[in-house]
Formats: sequence, structure tokens, C-alpha cells
Amino acid sequence: METRSIMIVGVGGQGTLLASRILGSVFLAQGYDVKVSEVHGMSQRGGSVVTYVKYGDKVYSPVVEKGEADVIISFEQLESARWLPYLKKGGKLVTSDQMLDPMPVITGMAVYPENIIGKIKDMGVEVTSVDALDLAEQAGTAKAANVVLMGVVSKKLPFEESVWQEALEQCVPAKFLELNKKAFELGREEV
Amino acid sequence: MKKLMLGNEAFARGLFEAGCEFVSSYPGTPSTEVTEYAAKYDELYAEWAPNEKVAMEAALGASIAGKRSFCGMKHVGLNVAADPLYTAGYTGVNGGMVICVADDPGLHSSQNEQDSRHHAIASKVMMVEPSDSQECKDFTMAAYELSEKFDTPVIVRLSTRIAHSQSAVELGERVVPPTKPYEKNPAKFVMMPGFAKKRHTVVEAKLAEAAKYAETSPLNKVEYNSTEIGVITAGNCYLYAKEALGDKASYLKLGVINPLPIDIIRDFAAKCERVYVIEELDDIIESHCKKNGVDVIGKELFGWEGEISQAIVREKILGEKAETMEFEEPVPVRPPVMCAGCPHRGLFYCLSQLGVYVSGDIGCYTLGATAPLSAMDTTICMGASISALHGYNKALGKEAEKKSVAVIGDSTFMHSGMTGLVNIAYNATNSTVIILDNSITGMTGHQQNPTTGKNLKGDPAAAVNLEDLCHAIGIKSVRVADPYNMAETKKIIEEELAKEEPSVIISRRPCALLKYVKHNPPLKADPEKCVGCKQCLKIGCPAISIHDKKCVINHTQCVGCGICKEMCRLDAIN
Repeated sequence: METRSIMIVGVGGQGTLLASRILGSVFLAQGYDVKVSEVHGMSQRGGSVVTYVKYGDKVYSPVVEKGEADVIISFEQLESARWLPYLKKGGKLVTSDQMLDPMPVITGMAVYPENIIGKIKDMGVEVTSVDALDLAEQAGTAKAANVVLMGVVSKKLPFEESVWQEALEQCVPAKFLELNKKAFELGREEV
Repeated sequence: MKKLMLGNEAFARGLFEAGCEFVSSYPGTPSTEVTEYAAKYDELYAEWAPNEKVAMEAALGASIAGKRSFCGMKHVGLNVAADPLYTAGYTGVNGGMVICVADDPGLHSSQNEQDSRHHAIASKVMMVEPSDSQECKDFTMAAYELSEKFDTPVIVRLSTRIAHSQSAVELGERVVPPTKPYEKNPAKFVMMPGFAKKRHTVVEAKLAEAAKYAETSPLNKVEYNSTEIGVITAGNCYLYAKEALGDKASYLKLGVINPLPIDIIRDFAAKCERVYVIEELDDIIESHCKKNGVDVIGKELFGWEGEISQAIVREKILGEKAETMEFEEPVPVRPPVMCAGCPHRGLFYCLSQLGVYVSGDIGCYTLGATAPLSAMDTTICMGASISALHGYNKALGKEAEKKSVAVIGDSTFMHSGMTGLVNIAYNATNSTVIILDNSITGMTGHQQNPTTGKNLKGDPAAAVNLEDLCHAIGIKSVRVADPYNMAETKKIIEEELAKEEPSVIISRRPCALLKYVKHNPPLKADPEKCVGCKQCLKIGCPAISIHDKKCVINHTQCVGCGICKEMCRLDAIN
């Protein structure tokens, strides 16, 4: 199978690393060659962060370039707009409708664009937007928004739910497993 | 069994399986996790050293004792460890010794974009470079064999994309070779001129042998497809070339980076019509080819800066570009910021209010340079805040001393800041040094250090008392401030700046992300009292924004540190 590329974008501290690891385990369990690329360090301090997950018969480059992503999973609206050039023509965007003002907006040096999701839809992109933060809080903690989004994405990819459940068990510490399973379920129900 | 592993985790697995018994490192992105994963294996000893020089010397000591040893660091860390490295090339090893150096093309988390391959060449030490997690493990194990065969430390070079990418790894068993008996051999290990001169002859002979080995090394791989395009490359650049060009090109993937082979390069180049060298940063492979009369195309296409990618290779060699779409409006940038509740925030707000010259250093607190705090004048390298402040003050005299400070983290102070403080005491400037003691090594992801009272494995350890240490160095005025209390902190800084003697202020608060730190409930802004004066925005807290001309505090981010409460003149935040 030709290599497929997924990007997970968000704000440092939102839990994009866990999401990429869950995806990586799902694809590995399906027998694919997998690469997951993360960035650690400075950008994790509230900066714009991106991780790449690629799978296929043989994956070479760990990174995704402009116009290459089959799916972008975004944890925040502005990040959806920022990384949009990376989406392939006909690619899908799954986004949380959360909005976090970056420092230039906080200090009044820049403006947060209005109605980002609507504008991206108007460009003809297939967008699924969910209130991941609210669903995560329903599951028990705002921190599980990443797993809510995994629930949404699981409906967009052709793998059985049980594979995702196993990946959750592998990637999430036991004491948070029940909570995250609930977050995952709430995400699935949204689609 | 195959397991998805970070390059760094696979590297640690390689240490484990190769029977490494001693690990000493200093954290630095993107190398940190090699040592963190190594520490998870009970079978091998692992420690955080105060800096990379100490780590490398400790690893060399363990090698001399006959064990397989390791030290890991980022590219700039190798500069700190360059002193032992260059002479370890002369002494060679007893038990095998492997060094990890992780370069950071693209500066994801670094202060420069140096190419560490120069160090291997200059120190005459062997270097190998893997291109995925499986190779991280395999090359590490091979590096021990090479280290013992050629009697030299061997550097395994990573880049951010290899260190921080996960791919599948086949696991094996740990095999520990017997400890090699130590035999006294001053001609090999006592590097005074008479002995060292003879060792240099040995080094050149070893290097010539290693170059012969490189011609037939299984770490170098040739793959022939279409010979219209030939690509000579290594590490992550091999992956980009392979993804972009597939069967349209033939490949010479170099695993041995120092010494580079030449016969296989000549042979490969002769079979291909056009030969490209694809390498990030400097032209190490390209200049080696050209020096030996092999005609290649390299930097003229790919440049000297930043990362290469499959898109760049596709564009430069095939002239193809992907179709893309852009969001119609400008998208504000999102630079990294200090976390909500970060203890550095209050301190930097005080410094911005005082308008002093701030000699900065390497760590999370480098973010004090960014708006709206903008309270930093220089950041150079680990420890430079203190030593450069001394020079600045000597150059400009008494008036400068009253308007300048150095800021440095606890871990950076232990790394190489304290020698600068010795210089301030010894050569007498009335400098004011602020140690930002957040009780952890923050930026690299919470590593213990000699001031925290815990070691790498999390066990209790001796803790350096910063106050006592500064006193012992000769600084009489040492004071502690709580950066959550900005009024008092500002007062202490003003008092210390006014003194006619050198002083140290320890700004002490644990990092807000530490698990044991208990947070207060999130604060709320009262829309009745708030007049939208934006005073609270001046501290640059990511949890605070203005909506409909009123302050709004994001309850998922706020940890109730109370700094914004101190800022509010109308008592609207509670």
C-alpha cells in the first residue's frame, strides 16, 4: 500500500504526543510499517506543535511536507488554519473547535481570525469539527481531549474498534484507562 | 518481536543488548531520552553528570576499567566535552566506548546549527550515522565492536528526525562481554608530551585501518536502480531521497561517516550519470568527494541551512512541487511561551520593570527574551550568562554593575555557571547573579540534577546547597527570593544591585509542571470590576486573554499562581 500520512497539530501541552503514539500502535497492529515523528524541547512550551504519523508497506521519510497529509487532526482552530497547506487535495481535517490565543494575539499585536472552520469548509475541505474539550470534561478531565479526537478519527479510518481499544490499553497508564476509554467513546459517538 | 521505538529508545536498547554497563550523560534535546531509556534497564548503571565533559571523562574511566561505557549529549554538549574527546582519540579505550551526539538541523530546540561531524574528523575518532530506529540499535551495537577493534571511542551521530521518530525495532537479548582486565600502561593512558607524541602515530595508523574497513563495512549500503541519478547520502537524508526519488535513482547510503570511504564512492559515481550528495548542514561528504576528484552536485542545490525533506529533494532534482492550499487570512504565529504558573514569569516581570541589562542563559527561562516581558539582552551558551556579565561589567565599570544582572537556571549553574561565579568573586566585579532555582532541569523535560536531592533513577542523592556553595566561592551576599511575590523580589534585586560587592539572588520556586507541586484553584476575573486596562497582559501569561474588553482566565490552564492578581489595580482577579 502506498504510504499514508497523518498530521497531528496543536499547542504544546495539549497531548499531541499521546495521540500520535495511539495512532502508531494501531497501524503497527495492522501489520503496516510505521513512522511517528515528534518534536520535543522548546516548542513544547505552549508553541505550535506538530507530530507526523505515516504508515504503509514501507515508510521512508518520517516527516510530512506541504500538500502531503491525507488527514490532519487539529487540537485547536488556529492551528488548523496554520497547517492547512500541508493537507493533500481531497484530504480530511478533523478539528477540535477549541480556541487558544497565541501570545501575539494576547498582546494585541495580531488578530485571531474569525470563523476559521467555516472558512476552511468553504474552500471545499471535508472538515469534522467537535467540541473535544467539552466531551473530555464530560469524561472526567479536559486533558482527555486528545483521546476524544482519537475517537472521532477512529470513525474515519478503516479499522475495527477493538484495534483502537488495544492501542489505548498499550499507550495509556492503567489508572487513567477507564476515563480515556470513556473519552474515546464520546468522540466516536460524535461522528 | 517488533516494537515501535523512538530512535533514542532504540539506541538505549542497543546499549542494553551490547552489554554496556556504564552510562553518564547530560540532558540536551534531542539526545536526552537515550539516557532516560537506558536508566530503565536495571542491569546497567546510568547517571546524569553535571555536564558533558564530566560525563565523557566518567565514561572513559569506566572504559579504562574494562567495561563497555556510554555518554550522550546534544551537538553543543560535544563542544563542552571536546577536551576529553580529542585526547580519548589518542588514549583509545579498554572496554568499548560509545558516544551519542544528536545534531539539531532546523534548530528545533538549540542555540546554533553546528555540524558535529567536524568534531569526529578533528578528533580523529570514528563516527557512524543511523537512519531509523532499527539502525539506531544495530549501529550502536556495531559501534562497540568497532570501538574495541580499532581501540577508539566511536561516535554515533543522530539528528532530531532520527532521535525523535519512532519506527519498528526487532529486539534481541543482552550479552555482556567479560570485563577486560585493566593493565597499567602509561604509554597509552598518560598523555604527557613524550607519550602523546607516540600515540599520535598510533592514531594515524588506526585511522588508516579504519578507512580500509569503511570500504567494506556492512554499515555502508549500495542500491542500484536507474543509474541516471546517483545519490550519495547518510542518515535522515537517505530517507528523504528514497521517498522522493524511489526507483528513479541509485543510492550509496553511508553508515560510516568518519573516516569516509573513497573507493566505493568512486565506483558508485562511475556507474551513475549524475551524482548528487544530499546532506544537511555542512559539506562533509561533498568536499570529501571533490577533494578526491569525484564530480558531485551538492550544496549549490541544497544549501547550508536548515533541514532537507522529501519535498526539497523532489523539487531540486525532479523539478516537481506538490499542489497546496493556503488559509485566506494571515495566521498569527504561536511562539513558545512560559507555562501558566511558571515561576520565571514574576522574576522576568521585575527585570523588565527595572530596565536592567540581562545576561541570559540556556533553559526555559530563555523565553524571558520574548514579548511582552522582553527582558533579556544576550543568550550564548551554557554558563555564559555569568562569565559574560563579568566581562561586560569590567568593560563598562561601576555604573554598569548597578544596572545589569545575569540569569541562569539551577541545572545550568551546576553545568558551567559556577566557574563564572568563581571568576566574579576572584577577579572582583560587583555583579549581581540571579539563579532561577526551579528544582529541576526544565526545558529538556524534568531531569534531576545535583541540586535536586535525587539521582537519575529517582533515588535519594546528595544535594548541593546553592547558598553554601555561593558562600564558599566567596560571595558574601546571597539572598533568596520568591518570584511569586513580585514586590519583594523587585526590592531584593534593587538592594543587591546597589551593593558595592558581588551578590547572588536565588529566585526559588519549583517548576509548575512538577507532579508534587500543589496548585491553587484557577483564578477568575470579575467582569463587574474589570475595566479592560490590560495591565494583567503585561506578564505574558498564556491563560489570560481579553474578550469583549474584559479579562478572561482560561480555567484549564490557570494554576492559581497569583501573579496576575498582583498586577491588577482594581482587585478584579480572585
